[in-house]
Amino acid sequence: MTGPPILAVRELVKNYGPVRAVRGISFDVPRNCCFGLLGPNGAGKTTTVEIIEGVTPATSGQVLYEGEKAGAAFRQDSGVQFQTAALQDFITVRETLEMFHRLYRRRADIDQVIADCALEKLEKRDNRKLSGGQRQRLLLAIALVNDPKILFLDEPTTGMDPQARRNFWELVERIRARSKTIVLTTHYMEEAQALCDEIVIMNEGVIITQGAPDTLLKAHYKEIILELPESDLEELPPEFPFHTYRRNGLVEIHTDDANEAITRLSRAGAPLGRLNIRPFRLEDLFLDLTGKELRS
Amino acid sequence: MIQRILAILHARNLEFLRDKATLGWNVAMPLLLVAGMAAIFSGGDRAAYKVGLVQAEQEINTAAHPFLETRYFDFIAMDQEQAIEQVANHQLDLALNMDSGTYWINPESPGGYFAERMLEASSRESEWLRQPASGDPITYVDWLVPGILGMNIMFSCLFGVGYVVVRYRKNGFLKRLKATPLRPVEFLSAQIISRLMLAIFVTLLLYGATRLLLDIRMEGSGVALFLVAVLASISLVSIGLAMAARVTSEELAGGLLNMVTWPMMLLSGVWFSLAGAPQWVQQLSNIFPLTHALTAAREIMLYGAGLSDVLPQLLLLAGITAVFLTLGAAMFRWRGA
Repeated sequence: MTGPPILAVRELVKNYGPVRAVRGISFDVPRNCCFGLLGPNGAGKTTTVEIIEGVTPATSGQVLYEGEKAGAAFRQDSGVQFQTAALQDFITVRETLEMFHRLYRRRADIDQVIADCALEKLEKRDNRKLSGGQRQRLLLAIALVNDPKILFLDEPTTGMDPQARRNFWELVERIRARSKTIVLTTHYMEEAQALCDEIVIMNEGVIITQGAPDTLLKAHYKEIILELPESDLEELPPEFPFHTYRRNGLVEIHTDDANEAITRLSRAGAPLGRLNIRPFRLEDLFLDLTGKELRS
Repeated sequence: MIQRILAILHARNLEFLRDKATLGWNVAMPLLLVAGMAAIFSGGDRAAYKVGLVQAEQEINTAAHPFLETRYFDFIAMDQEQAIEQVANHQLDLALNMDSGTYWINPESPGGYFAERMLEASSRESEWLRQPASGDPITYVDWLVPGILGMNIMFSCLFGVGYVVVRYRKNGFLKRLKATPLRPVEFLSAQIISRLMLAIFVTLLLYGATRLLLDIRMEGSGVALFLVAVLASISLVSIGLAMAARVTSEELAGGLLNMVTWPMMLLSGVWFSLAGAPQWVQQLSNIFPLTHALTAAREIMLYGAGLSDVLPQLLLLAGITAVFLTLGAAMFRWRGA
């Protein structure tokens, strides 16, 4: 992640009639990193990424690729995986890839792309007969046919089972290892934390924070979290000095002194067999900053 | 650029050729229609007799002669040369020039025999000079086949392109293509070429089948007819592309395309000649490319016209193509509003 940014977004605005979806945001995407664009539904992240990809026009503002206004060179160098995209019926996986392959001057080895995306056994299958996970892998393969310098992944694992999601993450890691820049839009904070070197969190069309996930967590939280089921702690011990929150059937105790908190709970007779101690995660930061559940 | 056009063209052709139901329908429907129409109409039964009157239409005065008041006779104004040719081809039962007192009759025509008897019954002795006009009959199927070929081209080009583009836009395939280096003109070119190939292939198949099965008349140049089919196809594809340039709803696209195809089918002379129709209907029919395509095709197939004879129609079709292609390309959007 050295040198000038590969992509720069400047004062981007998008209005849909009276609705202001994106409100003058600016950020840089560093080279050779995985860059996460996060936000609740309606935050403006998909609009932002579609403006960058060139499929939605901006009301105002600029997108610069390698210091120049994003145009023909950007289209040659970029790969895009939309969350959902229809493909032609009656066409096989290989034929689909060959069609997209021929649209670019810059081309990857198509057999390598097929191998990378684990599509070898599916290359003669009709697009209509692919499962959700297989289809996502094909959409990723399409995004890779031009050996892109910058790859956009929009909610790439939505609808995948946990195992398929883990496999997908490994694949993204392998792509990133080839000095590619990845822009990832996701609802899954676990995914962002696992893959992203840098993130932007958007809410209501503006950026509310930006930075490396670990840096952001360290900057926002000095404490850790103790979690107990609500049924195990219906009432807090008297004069309990720590911040507590009740969320999703759990009592969360935020503390910088876990020993003291556990001692007080134990003295009050709270059962601690199901006590969970964990650090703050990106999901906690997201919730604190936006006040919104992730998948509302 | 060529590489990208070929990529989209190849994929579109594969998609169409593997869709057996659609392919079958595109080929079988017009063949069935021709067979059905031939079975129904080739017997030559007609409800009325047709007489060509050599004079301007607005001057036809039915009180001028008792023959002109005969019921179940259509009197159609036309010039003498055209009238004689149509009598020779059995398209008219009789041609009559009242100024010179001459009528033309095809001695081989059953309709001509009865029309002549009626003329004699309503005239004084030796009032008319009889002139024979001989030639092979043009049957209804001969006349109909160019109409069926044209109608097939019309449906194939308008719906085949318009619907597909709207479906691609609605399901997001066009949005995906927009994120590639593909330009609108390249995408549209591929669609035009793909549909042109299909339309011409089916037209050739249909033409061959009707020649073989129904022995239809072909007096003129095959090259000229091929050129008419190509220009008719491109002009209709360009109309389909212009109509589908921004629409995202298949229902709306269907409505718009029907709004064009139905008047075109009824008023372009697919099924019946508009020769006896009111002047305003004939003028209205000139706005449709199919009218010019059918006029040219019939001139070639039935009367042996050459390329230079149908040049006005070809130029008109080229003009319509230029206008709608420009319009379609200018209005084209990868995504809906």
